[in-house]
Amino acid sequence: MLRRERRSVVATEAIGPYTLLRVERGTVDPGRPGQFFMLEAPGRLLPRPMSLALAPPGELAFLIDPIGPGTRALCTLAPGDEVGVLGPLGNGFDLDVERPLLVGGGIGVAPLPYLSERLGGPPAVLGFRTSWHAEAAELVPNAEVVLEPTYVTEAMPAGRDVLACGPEPMLEAVRRLAPTAQLAWEAPMACGYGACYGCVVEIDGELKRLCMEGPVLAAA
Amino acid sequence: MRLLNASGCLDALAAPEVARTLDAYVTKTVTPLPREGNAPVRIAETELGMLNAIGLANPGVDAFVGDHLPRLAELGMPLWVSVGGFSVEDYVHVAERVGSRDEVETLELNLSCPNVDEVPENVGEVVAAVRAVTGKPIYAKLSAAVPDLGATARAAEAAGADGLSLVNTVKGLALDERTLQPVLARGAGGLSGPALRPIAMAAVHTCFRETRLPIVGMGGVARGRHALELLAAGAGDVAIGTALFSDPAAARRIRGELEAELAALGIVSADNAVGLAHRSADSTLDQRSRLLLEKPLHMGANLPG
Repeated sequence: MLRRERRSVVATEAIGPYTLLRVERGTVDPGRPGQFFMLEAPGRLLPRPMSLALAPPGELAFLIDPIGPGTRALCTLAPGDEVGVLGPLGNGFDLDVERPLLVGGGIGVAPLPYLSERLGGPPAVLGFRTSWHAEAAELVPNAEVVLEPTYVTEAMPAGRDVLACGPEPMLEAVRRLAPTAQLAWEAPMACGYGACYGCVVEIDGELKRLCMEGPVLAAA
Repeated sequence: MRLLNASGCLDALAAPEVARTLDAYVTKTVTPLPREGNAPVRIAETELGMLNAIGLANPGVDAFVGDHLPRLAELGMPLWVSVGGFSVEDYVHVAERVGSRDEVETLELNLSCPNVDEVPENVGEVVAAVRAVTGKPIYAKLSAAVPDLGATARAAEAAGADGLSLVNTVKGLALDERTLQPVLARGAGGLSGPALRPIAMAAVHTCFRETRLPIVGMGGVARGRHALELLAAGAGDVAIGTALFSDPAAARRIRGELEAELAALGIVSADNAVGLAHRSADSTLDQRSRLLLEKPLHMGANLPG
């Protein structure tokens, strides 16, 4: 059942320019890595889609980049504040992979800590703009970090089952190198459950709703 | 009073449990041919609302009737089909196809989508043409962004509409924080949410006085109080749109809040609240018919013939 739950903020942690928002889990299912939640942004009309970064016992944790009014409002939440949480939504990563390699760029690192945990800590290649942004790499074990102007595609070993999240140009580059990769995409969403038709992306030559078909899609 | 969704604000096939919280489900607009809709970015949040430029994405009437309608019928609830097009013939084509289906209770004519380039010129002409091909109830969905909404509403009434859906979104624009370029790929989009509510209130208030048609009021309804105010302005039913995006349980919550609002004001039922805003202005509601008879239909009304 689609039900927006109210949950208390347990803690917030600054990690580089990002904020790790930890809320109490209660009965909310953390879902599969790559799935997302709609988080009510204080003072804003629409919630914001956030993939789950970590599922510590009794908690849900989201890594948030304050890039607009909604994400900035989410980063100002304090312990004890309540936040509306709807999810898990969408389709996550297929965890049935033999030789996983996690690839992340910038805030695209967000779903990888939980994914890494569920896959037993596979190798990861993470790319960031600056060493400050790269502080987020501490959330992902066994990660090789590259900074611009080096791109993750230059550090990706061949012959791995790639699971990637990052900006569109990175995902396009990863797709060319690893045609069997699983890619987690991003789009503005109003609802997260197929109602608004706002989050379409081109999939198989057609515009489809990312919240229903994704956010994790096969590269090919 | 029935609680509906605003067309395009819920996919009952994706979220049937949300649809079942409503008294009737209104489909996304169906056009004769499939439409992919506009390129992304399609939505943007504003200070007091949201913009959308979806562009009437829909599977087309053939796939709708053949595939979607049977599955929607399994919901076991009244179905309203939003009918769209770019010419009188388009509306007639879709209305004939869906109007002949037992699963469909009501046709809502989308005469006011702000996100396509081609718009129907003549509300009265479209309503009359659809009236000629279906016996189903026809609701005309109108925009408040017309020079004389009362005249447009009277044209719909004279052409045989059974009701009005008020209001559709109005055009708005938002610019990106950093680039100062339009956020939406299409540029402008339809504004909904809190900013639309006073506009919807005025539209419902006007059309309640200028026609005798039942009205589905919509525009920024997020609380029971908002529903109550639309009823008081003259709506008999209320639809929820943008509020469903942030809260899939909005219908249930709003219904509960409305009950409390009615009780607090000593109003026996939602139906008893309909038109209350007109009480003091005209001393009695009977003045509605008098107002109607005294007001001549003028050229702007777009009457057929």
